[in-house]
Amino acid sequence: MSIQLSTPVNRQAAEALSRSKGEPEWLTALRAEAAELAETLALPKVEKTRIDRWNLSAFGQYKAAQPVAQLTELPEDVQTLAANAEAGLLVQRGSGSVYAKLSDELKAKGVIFTDLETAAREHSNLVQPYLHTVVPNNEDKLTALHGALWNGGVFVYVPKNVEVEIPLQAVLFNDDADAAFAPHILIVADTHSRVTYVDNVVTTGAAASAAAVHHSIVEIVAKAGAQVNFASIHNMSGEVVDLSIRRATLDNDARVEWVIGDLNDGNTLSDTKSLLKGNGSTSDSKVISIGSNAQKMSLTTQAVHWGRSSDSQMITRAVMRDEATAIINGITKIEKGATKANGEQTEKVLMLSPKSRGDANPILLIDEDDVTAGHAASVGQVNPEQVYYLMSRGISKKDAERLIIYGFLAPVVSEVPIDAVREQLQRLLERKLEA
Amino acid sequence: MSTQFVINDLKASVEGKEILKGINLEIKGGEIHAIMGPNGTGKSTLASALMGHPKYEVTGGTALLDGEDILEMGVDERALAGMFLAMQYPSEITGVTNSDFLRSAINARRGEGNEISLIKFIRQMEGKMKDLEMNPEFAHRYLNEGFSGGEKKRNEILQMMLLDPKLVILDEIDSGLDIDALRIVSNGVNAMRSEDRGFLVITHYQRLLNYIKPDFVHVMMQGRIVKSGGPELAERLENEGYDWVKEELGIVDETVGQA
Ligand SMILES: Nc1ncnc2c1ncn2[C@@H]1O[C@H](COP(=O)(O)OP(=O)(O)OP(=O)(O)O)[C@@H](O)[C@H]1O
Ligand SMILES: [Mg+2]
Repeated sequence: MSIQLSTPVNRQAAEALSRSKGEPEWLTALRAEAAELAETLALPKVEKTRIDRWNLSAFGQYKAAQPVAQLTELPEDVQTLAANAEAGLLVQRGSGSVYAKLSDELKAKGVIFTDLETAAREHSNLVQPYLHTVVPNNEDKLTALHGALWNGGVFVYVPKNVEVEIPLQAVLFNDDADAAFAPHILIVADTHSRVTYVDNVVTTGAAASAAAVHHSIVEIVAKAGAQVNFASIHNMSGEVVDLSIRRATLDNDARVEWVIGDLNDGNTLSDTKSLLKGNGSTSDSKVISIGSNAQKMSLTTQAVHWGRSSDSQMITRAVMRDEATAIINGITKIEKGATKANGEQTEKVLMLSPKSRGDANPILLIDEDDVTAGHAASVGQVNPEQVYYLMSRGISKKDAERLIIYGFLAPVVSEVPIDAVREQLQRLLERKLEA
Repeated sequence: MSTQFVINDLKASVEGKEILKGINLEIKGGEIHAIMGPNGTGKSTLASALMGHPKYEVTGGTALLDGEDILEMGVDERALAGMFLAMQYPSEITGVTNSDFLRSAINARRGEGNEISLIKFIRQMEGKMKDLEMNPEFAHRYLNEGFSGGEKKRNEILQMMLLDPKLVILDEIDSGLDIDALRIVSNGVNAMRSEDRGFLVITHYQRLLNYIKPDFVHVMMQGRIVKSGGPELAERLENEGYDWVKEELGIVDETVGQA
């Protein structure tokens, strides 16, 4: 079965929608242009994954979301995810933002944390210069479509020298099968600032059992000396196709840390990339995933080095059950002139079933002599020698395998920046591994 | 009833090749038996076959621990029945901390609903680690990952102390240990000597047996126990090597290879 992606938008529709939402002219123009591009551009070529065969027809319709005054008005599972967000919390439901909170202390410091639609209206001067500059609309059909259709979203701005100690959190959820769900996340960390952002992306209620597409783009601008820690856990149902592109651009001595949990039940395209433009800039990405049933996933981490003495670390670990397939790509590119750059990557797949499939593709593209780079990749099963060792201490086979599997994922799980989120991630892993 | 372990005509193969050709051995609670023998004569194979390593196929015989044939049991059941093997080459397991592992092992023995409290566990573990002069940081390290040879051996003894087994097999516990560690580990073993625990100590060196005094010494060649005696046998082997044993028994090649 092959479902053609008919473009679900055109210039007129995009313009009309943008105007009806009262978006500024510059944004309406961007959306119109993106809609036009979407009609002509092709889908991205994804290594060994035929996303053109995925069900990309159910983009949904924009539906205005009703803001809530209290979190208690939200579905219970969403409330759980939103608990303990002390510094700042944003909630998107379907096509739009429904709740926003930011501590007075951070407001006073000039931190902005709102949905991106509001930010585009109220802080054009801070949004317009950056929006779509890290991931341009004209890259392919998906980026163009997203540019035309994105809704709700998140905007984080941290002024110069401001350090946000407590993580900002967002819950992006959809519970309406017909609502377009396409958040765009833009994080701008000014020079020598510091911030941690964590989000959960879920489907619930009626949306958990209907075909849908979630497409999101994350853009991070880390200016000189800034540090951005970004953690995101995706947990959408088997009917939902998740297309998530994340990209950061780093100035001198900036640092970005990515922690990604690709824990959907449906097909997933996940691409996380750092553009190390500045000298001394560093990035660290950690991705974990569990595949089950007939799920297909393409998980990519990338680092491109231009800056001298820049450093990138990338780890992806995936556990594949049933008939799940994961194509895992790691791409380290070092451009000419990026002397003393260093890039390391590891992709590991643990296969729990003879019908599951995992492919690890480490790629090093190096155009400069004075650099260091390394990669390690492995695809394997639970090591029987290790199972024997644990069992020889009285641990049952099931528990032994469990320990080994969680141990395999531990290097990423232990890096999640908030205790509550880490515990939630642990519960999610258990759900996916023990279902 | 004090522990009794009886191995009767145990035969085992690995990858279709017979390595153990009929082992007979009886160990009573309170006794320490040493097994010596040249490289490649089947000592570790005996240990692995008794513990149930999946690569080793038992092709005959029995091994009765207090009357029950452990060879009929799964690896975990053997451990729960009281078997413990300190391995010559312990596995490294990334992502599983030593303390999580130890707690799982202790709780497996105690059974569901009777799990050890965290406080009590930590107290026990830290106490034993102190006895073994292990840096407390080893509790939080991943299991055996990056441990030096000697650190792995201490960690094996730590497990033995916490799991309180009935029949302990130590496979070259002295290899990789410096002189102080040898004393510390031996003290740990000696502290565990009791009427209801038997030991089978595999070693190449008399030195270990100066610390852990055996009641019986056996020599293994060609996958069999070819000679048994008291502690004096180990001393003679240390001084004279194995040639005299081979001569006495008319053995040319002591390995299991082409016997
Ligand atoms: N897993 C295995 N696969 C193949 N051959 C094996 C395996 N285990 C043991 N053997 C063979 O069985 C024989 C006995 O090996 P074993 O490890 O029991 O010797 P050992 O007496 O413990 O020697 P050492 O003193 O060197 O530790 C050797 O020839 C060895 O190569
Ligand atoms: Mg051996």
